[in-house]
Amino acid sequence: MIAIIDYGINNLESVRNALNKLVVQTVVTNKREMIQKADALILPGVGAAAMGMKNLKERKLDKIIINDVRKGKPILGICLGMQLLMSKSDEGDINCLGLIKGNVKKLSSEMKIPQIGWNQVCLTDSESALFTNIPDNSDFYFVHSYYCKPYDQNIVAGITKYGQEYCSILIKNNIVGVQFHLEKSGMSGSLLLKNIINYFTQLC
Amino acid sequence: MLTKRIIPCLDMTEGKVVKGIQFVDFRDAGDPIVLAKKYDEQGADELVFLDITATVDNRDILLDVVQKTAKEVTIPFTVGGGIRKKEDMQKVLRAGADKVGVNTGGFNRPTLISECAQSFGSQCVVLSLDAKRVKNQWNVIINGGRTDTGLSAIKWAQQAVALGAGEILLTSIDTDGMKQGFNIELTKEVTNVVNVPVIASGGAGKLQDFKDIFVEGNADAALAASLFHFGECTIQQVKEYLNDNNISVRL
Repeated sequence: MIAIIDYGINNLESVRNALNKLVVQTVVTNKREMIQKADALILPGVGAAAMGMKNLKERKLDKIIINDVRKGKPILGICLGMQLLMSKSDEGDINCLGLIKGNVKKLSSEMKIPQIGWNQVCLTDSESALFTNIPDNSDFYFVHSYYCKPYDQNIVAGITKYGQEYCSILIKNNIVGVQFHLEKSGMSGSLLLKNIINYFTQLC
Repeated sequence: MLTKRIIPCLDMTEGKVVKGIQFVDFRDAGDPIVLAKKYDEQGADELVFLDITATVDNRDILLDVVQKTAKEVTIPFTVGGGIRKKEDMQKVLRAGADKVGVNTGGFNRPTLISECAQSFGSQCVVLSLDAKRVKNQWNVIINGGRTDTGLSAIKWAQQAVALGAGEILLTSIDTDGMKQGFNIELTKEVTNVVNVPVIASGGAGKLQDFKDIFVEGNADAALAASLFHFGECTIQQVKEYLNDNNISVRL
């Protein structure tokens, strides 16, 4: 079972709807026991980083997520959820979960911010099983003002260009982060979600 | 490269999609969920739902339609109409909307925009701005086209962005439903003064109108309703036309 973490401010329904279409068993929860029992976690995301971290902490979910993921439980962070996996965010100058070393930075001020719309993702390893049936440079739906900058470049699995090139997919063992809303990215998004769930199933 | 977006708009009242001309003379255009699904399959980049009488009827937005739509579509959608407080926005987001349009409620109480941006992020706060030419300027019109505020639409756009609006859905009442092309002049003025994406709305009547609003109006997205509802052209046709004219779209 996959636990979609409910921390008060995000687009839970769209993530659950996308998983339901794949016939995956899900629970939307903010209960610590449920999160601990789940085989894998999804940290969705719409909203501001500071509010997101505050809500996680208030519900005492931050430590559970960190512990479980460090022990090997798979987690998918989507949009803000991906950013919260990092060490620190410039949005509100806050510490995040610290599961991935690196910072969250603001997109280049020369561009319109937020970036809203469909943009291409260049895959660093298009042969990976995670990208089965997904052509390189497929379009995905982005809505964000900040992006992740991991220290370790080897975990960057997808790159998108908006003013600058930045990491739009990261994969580090049991941790996957996507900056775009794969639950809202039509066919490409559904395929990627399915591949990620398969990958998680193999890890469990 | 970020692509230009084509967005069908579903104006709704009492659970049905309707389409009017210059905000009046509405005709029935069908079931919202059936239409939403059809547009998703046709390659729409997003959808916009506007409950156009929510403010004047003083009622809450149609949350069940939002929920059902969220189950059916695989692309993002914005919902607007009758948003007066932060909790209204939260309800709509929780029902599955990705972004929420704020119009009259934000004009009457601008701090609504900053409160929502702080809680949910600027990226899901869309300023829905209806403008009409009055003498030598564009005025902000609220209450679903009924009330002229007398204030400059250009200034309000700037203020709303400063307050935290992350996108502007700019509807020209003058061109709405006329099918004589988007309002390029108005769109250009707004895109010149704000640094957030602008969705141009009102007036699409033929393929070239889309090209013109992107090239001359600098719009980031173009919204249309009757053209798609009544089958005059498909989203795919619009996108192929734009692609042939070297405008980047998702095909």
